[in-house]
Amino acid sequence: MVTGAVAPETRRARRVAEQVPDPELPMLTLADLGVLRGVEVGDDGTVVADLTPTYSGCPAMAEMRAGVAARLKDAGFARVEVRTVLDPPWTTDWITPEGRRKLAEHGIAPPGPAPRRAPGPVPLSLSPTRHRVACPRCGSADTEESSRFGATSCKALWRCLACREPFEYLKEI
Amino acid sequence: MSDDHLYMTLAEGHEDDTRWAYGTGFEDPLHGVDTTVPEDVDAAELAALCAALGDDALVGAQRLAEWTTRAPELEEEVALANIGLDLLGQARLLYARCGRTDGTGRGEDAYAYFRDPGEFRNVTLAELPNGDFAFSMARLLVLSSWRLHHLDGLTASPDPVLRAVAAKGVKELTYHRRYAAEWVVRLGDGTEESHRRMRAGIEQVAPYLEELFGAFDARAEVLADLRQVLDAAGLELPATAPAAAGPGREGRHTEHLAPLLQELQSVARAHPEATW
Repeated sequence: MVTGAVAPETRRARRVAEQVPDPELPMLTLADLGVLRGVEVGDDGTVVADLTPTYSGCPAMAEMRAGVAARLKDAGFARVEVRTVLDPPWTTDWITPEGRRKLAEHGIAPPGPAPRRAPGPVPLSLSPTRHRVACPRCGSADTEESSRFGATSCKALWRCLACREPFEYLKEI
Repeated sequence: MSDDHLYMTLAEGHEDDTRWAYGTGFEDPLHGVDTTVPEDVDAAELAALCAALGDDALVGAQRLAEWTTRAPELEEEVALANIGLDLLGQARLLYARCGRTDGTGRGEDAYAYFRDPGEFRNVTLAELPNGDFAFSMARLLVLSSWRLHHLDGLTASPDPVLRAVAAKGVKELTYHRRYAAEWVVRLGDGTEESHRRMRAGIEQVAPYLEELFGAFDARAEVLADLRQVLDAAGLELPATAPAAAGPGREGRHTEHLAPLLQELQSVARAHPEATW
């Protein structure tokens, strides 16, 4: 690809692919979630879209792939190839500001920054989760974790001690 | 939600593909990934490593799934099922990698469903029955810690596919290890009864450490994790003779693997052409 110049067909294919909703977090598009890693249209008109899984066991991956292929075909792209990209691994840092806003709007607390690695073995922390998660309903910072694992791989369960409502938290990874 | 039947509701909108959970015949998890084995990589060695790590994950995931409807609280069932799902995902990627390197061209299903116990290369610790919740947590701590540090080392593997699978796994394993560690501390530092049972759990796991360290490294890192957790839990790692079982890495298993695989493989073997 020539630097700076994006062909109109590539731009159009990107716009289409970027709007595909995530199967498990339907308020987010795949672009919001940061799993759509690239869309290019080749000289022969084939669209190549790169998707990265969130978690190794994410059962939504096949559905995401089918969704991207279907939308692009509906938009008139006859040949579509959706590839899996494993490297670099997905991080919640790739969720866009727009994605974070939509999560909060739908009652899911957006993730904090992903943990940074220092050299050496991955340290084991036994202290309680240190960061504060604001309640997506009432905004209170008086919240606590009830379980680090939730209904999907990417979410934890929290509760608000102010408004007493439970809520989900997209855990940083 | 137009149907009263839960399974029908789950399948709604997927008329062309009513498979909504794990079964057989799924799309290759390495679809579109360049799986050429680099020239400086010994393909047979790489395949053996992927099979061993895949088998640990599949067998471990199956034992974790057995806690569903049996764990002390709903939240723990959800946590254990999630950890199992991560491992299952890792197993799928590793089996797919194996099929591209061992010269057979097999897909993930061939590894999971159509191999006999003697062909599995998981450590025997992974296949032992769940037993007491405290034993399961002690085992999860040891297996997660070892897998975390081992995968962390593999993020420098000369094989780019294994490197990527490992890098993703490290993030997941960090959560698994912490979950297990917190339970070991809670039970060890809890009541007299929970302390007694947690100590028994650690004593049951200890003889299997040597087998785990045997083929690969990460001994120092795992022992450091165990020291940190057991100190906080008021427990000690007993000096015990290694278990007589195994080594599973050579296909020598306990009597517990065959029934586990029988349950896991029965539907796929009864209907070899079916996908679900």
